[in-house]
Amino acid sequence: MSIWVLRGLRDGVVTTRWPAKPDPYADTWRGPARPSDQASPSDQARTADQATTTDHTNLADLCPTDAITVTDGIVRVDQGRCILCGRCVAERPGVFAWSQGATAPAAFTREQLIIPELPETDAAVQAARAGLAERTRALRRSVHVRHVDAGSDGSEEWEIQALLGPVYDLHRLGVFITASPRHADVLLVTGAGARGMTGPLRTTYDGMPDPKVVIAVGTDAVSGGLLAGGEAVTDGVGAAVPVDIWLPGSPPSPFAILNALLIAVGYLTPERRRPR
Amino acid sequence: MTLAKPDVLALWDELESRVAAGDRFAGLFARAADYGPVTLSAQLATAGDVDTLEVTLPPGATRYPALTPRLGAAFWYERVIHDQFGLVPDGHPRLAPLIRAGDPLPRHVEGYGLFTIPHGPVRSGVLESIEYLVETPGEAIPHLNMRVFYKHRGVQRRFTGLTMPDAVLLAERTEGIASVAHALAFCHAAERIAGCEPPPAAGLVRVLHAELERIANHLDVAMRLADAAGLAVATARLALHKERVMRLVSRMCGSRFGRGVVVPGGVSALPRLAPAELLTEIDRLARQVSAEAAALMGTSSFLDRLRGTGPLTPARARTHGALGPIGKAAGFADDNRLARPYDAYRTLPVPPARAHIAGDAMARLRVRWEEVDSAFGLLRLAAAELAERPGDHLRASCEPADGRALGWAEAPQGEVLYDVAVADGRIAGCHPRSASFHNLVLMHEVFAGDILTDFPFIEASFGLSVAGVAL
Repeated sequence: MSIWVLRGLRDGVVTTRWPAKPDPYADTWRGPARPSDQASPSDQARTADQATTTDHTNLADLCPTDAITVTDGIVRVDQGRCILCGRCVAERPGVFAWSQGATAPAAFTREQLIIPELPETDAAVQAARAGLAERTRALRRSVHVRHVDAGSDGSEEWEIQALLGPVYDLHRLGVFITASPRHADVLLVTGAGARGMTGPLRTTYDGMPDPKVVIAVGTDAVSGGLLAGGEAVTDGVGAAVPVDIWLPGSPPSPFAILNALLIAVGYLTPERRRPR
Repeated sequence: MTLAKPDVLALWDELESRVAAGDRFAGLFARAADYGPVTLSAQLATAGDVDTLEVTLPPGATRYPALTPRLGAAFWYERVIHDQFGLVPDGHPRLAPLIRAGDPLPRHVEGYGLFTIPHGPVRSGVLESIEYLVETPGEAIPHLNMRVFYKHRGVQRRFTGLTMPDAVLLAERTEGIASVAHALAFCHAAERIAGCEPPPAAGLVRVLHAELERIANHLDVAMRLADAAGLAVATARLALHKERVMRLVSRMCGSRFGRGVVVPGGVSALPRLAPAELLTEIDRLARQVSAEAAALMGTSSFLDRLRGTGPLTPARARTHGALGPIGKAAGFADDNRLARPYDAYRTLPVPPARAHIAGDAMARLRVRWEEVDSAFGLLRLAAAELAERPGDHLRASCEPADGRALGWAEAPQGEVLYDVAVADGRIAGCHPRSASFHNLVLMHEVFAGDILTDFPFIEASFGLSVAGVAL
């Protein structure tokens, strides 16, 4: 056994200091696609003119999951549908870009993932935020998390599992994975909402004590991703449980999941990126 | 090669005799065009190819004589056919639903003091949803039932109607921890139909990603085994190495799972890492991982838990055609990289698997470490060769043509097989078969003498993904 004592000391501290300190891997992470910052509506129109006049309809056809919409000349990306295939960014780099950083995607309402935001979104987001903050006030510094797979492809589980490893080390932030829903404050749900899992997912949710928070982890969990419209899934887990934080990604990186967890319990806020 | 047979029994006769003669049963599925007659399609892996043997049932047929009594490996395949088409295989030993929800399972073992422990579908820990029902008098496990339908996602049906680029994206998400292998198997089928050949440089990039995926998966299995044994430091160290591998992959292509790299006709881009830097990273990882493996395989308290645990007999491995490390650990090695090579494996020297016969969790872990070793060797060769080909083409033109073909790749779990049919440039039908589906059924048979506390070791040592089972 003694060899493991020495091996444990081998690489020194490998744990990230994020979010207290910046981490290059978190900050340069490629998030879901978004309309390019440079392209204001008028710019987009100009770009379109340079190519063809029917260009805006072609834009929507780029996306395999129908995340792109064009209304009144405004190009919107529903990041909740984005599976990060990068086709739009590769084909039309002037109009679409990657969002940067692990912190980009988590949202308080499903509509908040539509970029640029729809007119009525902001008020709904503020209300959802305030409600969540009220509920989670008591949770800080000791948060227990239960995970349920509702039809994932298996990759989201790897990324959540990675949080328990030495690099992300969830425990340093007072967040723990628990087996029993009775001990859980937060429910991480992955997968497109397989109908076979609706019952077990609901039972797990009902078994958790109040207050509880639900995070939909991954584009599949948010919208069903590529499986949306299939007969075996409910197009995301929102149909089975009330979701508080929507986190797209295919799969989301461990930093993105960590960020969503910390936002969910009020440790971080979208404005305050460093913990108090 | 596709052979059409006049009736079901003639097909079964040929399957049985060819499996006895040394071919490997690789799959069985049913397909039907718009309420037309159902065709049963069986796959046999031969020396150098995979053959398809088919029979079309008479119109309106609702039953056919089951294959399972003659070839046990068809057990789950025929249950899936029953779930999808309602066809009844006469003589099937237990026709319970597999990928569709069913009634509670009847007890298999009867007697005083016996009870059933359900594990799942919501597992303890961060795991995929599956239900294991352990029938036990207390310690021994005389029988294990598995219910995999919970996370059936309708993936197979979802393929129909997709364009080729979209279908690759779905293949990558069919079994997410083997994204590259699934994309490869799909693209090999698509390339066969279109009659195009990926350029050599693309073949090398594909090998780089496939082998990194293998290393990450095997590290994950080793980590879970160490975790099951309560070796906290070993678990953390292996998690660290796995994270390093995944970060290397993300530096190469932007995705931690190698997604978006493999496209029909080649690859989308070169690794973003300069070849010299890639070689340095590979060497550093190889050193770290082999030191960790040596330490783990020298920890006797750990090895005691693996030795003799969950043994699969060589005879069973052979008749079932056990895939990947599970087969290799029981003396049945049929590695597609060697037997039916594709991409750069045609020219790179893939070392043949060493002979193991124990078939236990220990042998499975040994096989994985050997595969990790050879993967690092292949990575070095592929990266070095890629460095000598700057500016090479990465993508051959692969215009979708109509037709049907099989494609395969060796995932970390074993062979992935795709039967793809294309009509008018879109997918007319796609039947993915993961190694996880083919191998998981063997878990029924490896609990001889093992007890409840061996369960996590046996499950981890199989190293399968439920996503690939209940498509």
